[in-house]
Parts: sequence; C-alpha cells; structure tokens
Amino acid sequence: MNRTDQQHGPLVDLGRERPQVPARARNLSPIVPRASIAGRALVAVVAIMTFLASITTGTVLLVSASAAEWQSEVASEITIQVRPAPGRDIDRDAAAVAEAIRAQAGIVEVRPFTRQESAKLLEPWLGSGLSLDDLPVPRVIVARVQPGTTLDLAALRRRVTQAAPSASVDDHRAWIERMRSMTGATVIAGLGILALVIVATIISVSFATRGAMAANRPIVEVLHFVGAGDRYIANRFLRHFLRLGLQGGVIGCGVAMLVFGFSESIAGWFSGTPVGDQFAALLGTFSLRPSGYLALAAQAVLIAAITAWASRRTLFATLDDID
Amino acid sequence: MILRRCYKATVNESETITEHNGFCSVRSRSETGEFRVLGRAPHRTELSLVRFENVGLRYGLGPEILRDLNFQIPAHSFQFLTGPSGAGKTSLLKLLFLSLRPTRGLVNLFGHDVSLLGKDEIADLRKRIGIVLQDFRLLDHMTTYENVALPFRVTGREESSYRKEVIDLLKWVGLGERMDALPPILSGGEKQRAAIARAVISRPHLLLADEPTGNVDPTLGRRLLRLFIELNKSGTAVIIATHDITLMDQYEARRLVLHQGRLHIYE
Repeated sequence: MNRTDQQHGPLVDLGRERPQVPARARNLSPIVPRASIAGRALVAVVAIMTFLASITTGTVLLVSASAAEWQSEVASEITIQVRPAPGRDIDRDAAAVAEAIRAQAGIVEVRPFTRQESAKLLEPWLGSGLSLDDLPVPRVIVARVQPGTTLDLAALRRRVTQAAPSASVDDHRAWIERMRSMTGATVIAGLGILALVIVATIISVSFATRGAMAANRPIVEVLHFVGAGDRYIANRFLRHFLRLGLQGGVIGCGVAMLVFGFSESIAGWFSGTPVGDQFAALLGTFSLRPSGYLALAAQAVLIAAITAWASRRTLFATLDDID
Repeated sequence: MILRRCYKATVNESETITEHNGFCSVRSRSETGEFRVLGRAPHRTELSLVRFENVGLRYGLGPEILRDLNFQIPAHSFQFLTGPSGAGKTSLLKLLFLSLRPTRGLVNLFGHDVSLLGKDEIADLRKRIGIVLQDFRLLDHMTTYENVALPFRVTGREESSYRKEVIDLLKWVGLGERMDALPPILSGGEKQRAAIARAVISRPHLLLADEPTGNVDPTLGRRLLRLFIELNKSGTAVIIATHDITLMDQYEARRLVLHQGRLHIYE
C-alpha cells in the first residue's frame, strides 16, 4: 500500500473539520487488563493452600527429625534386667552380669542402677518412701553400644544368662519398630494432606484461569483476528497467573515460617499442661532446622510453579475451545 | 512479466516458474541438472489469493448452510458479497478468515490447503488478512492508537519501528486527534474507522469487511466506501459483505451473491 502520497493530509474527507494534532500516543496499556483477572481471590486461595502445605510439611519434618533422634538414642542402648530368683543373691548376680557385659565387644559403657535408683524409677507408680526389700524388684543395667557397631546380641544373651539365669536382655527393638511405624504413618498422612492441598490448588487455579479467560474472551478473539498465536496469548495471561501464584506462595509460606519461628513461644503457653508436655516429649521444641525453612521456601516456589502450570494447561484448552 | 502473471506464494531458489500456452508451470532443478515439473495451473488460479472448490458448511448436524461453493478471489480485486439476511455471508467470511473449517471441499488460501495447516500456520496466514467486523471488536481498555498498533505489537516489533506508520494511518482516516481516546467515547463512525485502520495497518493482501456501513449514516457510508476503494487501488484485495444495495450501486465491482446457500457470481 502506497501511503507516502497521503502524508500531507487525510486521504478521505473524514474528520477534516478537526485539527490534525500530532499524537503523544504510546503503547502503555497491557494487552490483558490486570483488573479483569480475579487476582485477590486467587492470591488468597494460593496463600491459604501454601500455608496449609507448609504447616503440614513442617510438622512432618519435625516428627521425622524427633523420631530419628529418639530412635538413634534408643538404638544405642540396651537394657538388661536381673530378676530376683529363689536361692540367688541379686546384688551378686547384677555385678556378675555387669562384668559379663563389659567383656562383650562393642560395649563402651555399663551402668548398673543401684537399689535407690531403681526405687526412683518406680516412684511415679508406687509412691515415695517405699522399702524395696519386701518387693521382688528387678535390677536394671543400662549398657551403651559403640555407635556404628553391630552388637552380637546372641553372644551377649549367652554371656548374661551364664552369669545369671534370671537375667534378660532388651534391645528395644519392639519399641523402635512401633516408633518407626508411627513416624511412617505421620509422614504418609502428611504426604496425603500435601497431595490434597496440591490437587485443591490445581483445581482452584484452573477455575480462576477459566473464569479469567471467559471474562477476557473478546480480547482473545481480537488477538486471534490480528494474527496472534496461542503461545503469545497464553504468555500474556501466564505472566499474571505466575505473579499471583508467587504472591500467594510468598504470603502463605511467610506466615507458616513465622509460625514455626515463634513456635517456642507458642509451645511455652502450653507448657505444664498434659498436652504441652506430651508434645514437648514427642517433638522437643517446635523450632525447625534451617534445612526445614529451605524446604518450605522450595515448596512455595513449587506451588507457584504448579499455579503457572495449571493456568497454562487451562489456557491452551480454553484457547482451543475459543478457536 | 511471467512472475507477475504466474503468481505463487512461495518459490524456492531451486524452483523456476515458466509460462506456456496460458499455463504456469513450477519447475524444480534436480541434482543432475534436469528440470522436473512440480505443478501446472492456469494463470487465473495462480493469481488467486483464495480458491474454493466444492466447499460446503454445516453447523453440527444441521442442514448445509453453504453448498458447493466454487470461486476464486484474485489479487488486487474488489468485490461485494451480498445476499439476504441469514444467507451465510458472515459464515463465508469466517471460512475466508479461517475461523471456521469447511465440512467438505477444498479451501486454498495464499497457495495453502487450509485443511493441512496447523494452528501456528493459521496465525501466520491471518497476519496477511485484515478483517473489519460489524461490531468493530475494538479493545475498550486500549486507546485508539494502541488498538490500531495491535497487529504490530503481537508480532513483538519495537514500537519505534511502527509508531510513525500508525500515527500516519490514523491521520489518514481522520482520527489524528482521537489517538489517545478510548473506544467507549468514540462515535460509531470513529470506531468504524479505527477498526478499518487496525485491519489495514499491516498491509494485508486481503481485506474482509462485514457490513462495514451497517452502523453509519449514508454520507459516512459513502466515505467509507471511498476508503475501501483507495485501499484496493493501493494493492489490497477487498471483499465487502453487505446487503445495502445503495452502497453497491455506487461502485462498479464484481458481486458474489449468496442465495439459499449457493453462490452466484456477477462479474
């Protein structure tokens, strides 16, 4: 089209009565108007989902860390009980068993509990000021195993029963197994909740994207008219949704981090109560390790990425429908 | 001269076009130096921007609303597409703009069989077609300037490379002082001109206009027709869909008349 000849004025007599003022026109408006995307609701949804996901992940990390600590502590100890038997001196049996244990390879420390210490252990159940002389109370010997070594339990049991036939060895295996299964159940439950939260996020984001696309359908059609490809159109919307996803992720994750950051103070409010004490015994303090905070941050980025992915998937599906 | 008469959309360096006995042949030189004829067609076919062969269209399981359409749109041509309301003018324009796919027949656009095109290729072809719709379809959140610049913007071009061109065209259609106005405050005629400017800014090979004078008074209608004629003279093939007989009587041009789903052509 040769338009150079028409530089001096309008070709056709349209609006000639108006002065032809040089424009200060510029491309300032975004292709997709920001106000037309239901931003706040989506940010709130993503923030809540990220918060729930972060709390779940944080709790799972706390339980796993505490359980691992417990297990390693318990697994490095064995307990030997020497029960009173008719015709045998329990003090002598206890001393013989302690000697036998010391002779076993892999044992680094042997600590026999005295009669008074045994009484102390029973105090919560039997009360104080009790004379143990009248009761057949077993004597307890705790032995620490050298970390990293595998103890030959069969040999130890043989030695111990040779020294005192009424003695028994407890390596806490049953307790550790129960602890392990409880921790596993907690982690699986946490992962289940996490999966539900992620699915809910995908569904919410898909609906929000579909809504935004429906509201902006005339814009999409015009962009098609002027020759814009699906990729170009999708990218215009995607930027919005990625930004909204990141905003929601940062808010949700930030609040969750604050909760864990102030967890010691929060736990302090419950100290002294039975629930607080049980939680303290199980989880220690509520504070996360630095790696835990990193995991929460990574999770927020993951949720923002999921938001963008769900949005992109819905965008292309909707563009196919519109076309 | 041969190239001018034997139009073809794309020709590789190894291909040559020759003319013989009123036919155009596309020939390719093989590695051994021999020529092989790739295709042969009458001049008229090669000059066509659009070719419809036995095209039919139906919506869903309904009756065929367009039947056995056979026509060509030559480059640089001007035609009116007319017929009673509901005759299928808008559907035919949508077929031409690739918004609809035919249920049968062959649609060839710029030398491409559209049934073989992917979405990206369709988007590329649409850049060579301008369309003016009855309801203008301007984006209300963008100024007149931004609306007209949109075809350049979506290609990712730097604004500085096309800004003067957009401003010149807006002045050309008499919207020089309305560049920063938003469509909701433009009059019907101004919106129409902005829509036309957007359709022609990227110098399309083919311009489709659906009832372009339907919303304006007769005087402005005549002015808009003059605008289309000028566009046609500068090289764009124009198809104006209208049922305004007064408008058609003002300019001697080919008429494509749709009646009961069939197309009758009056040269």
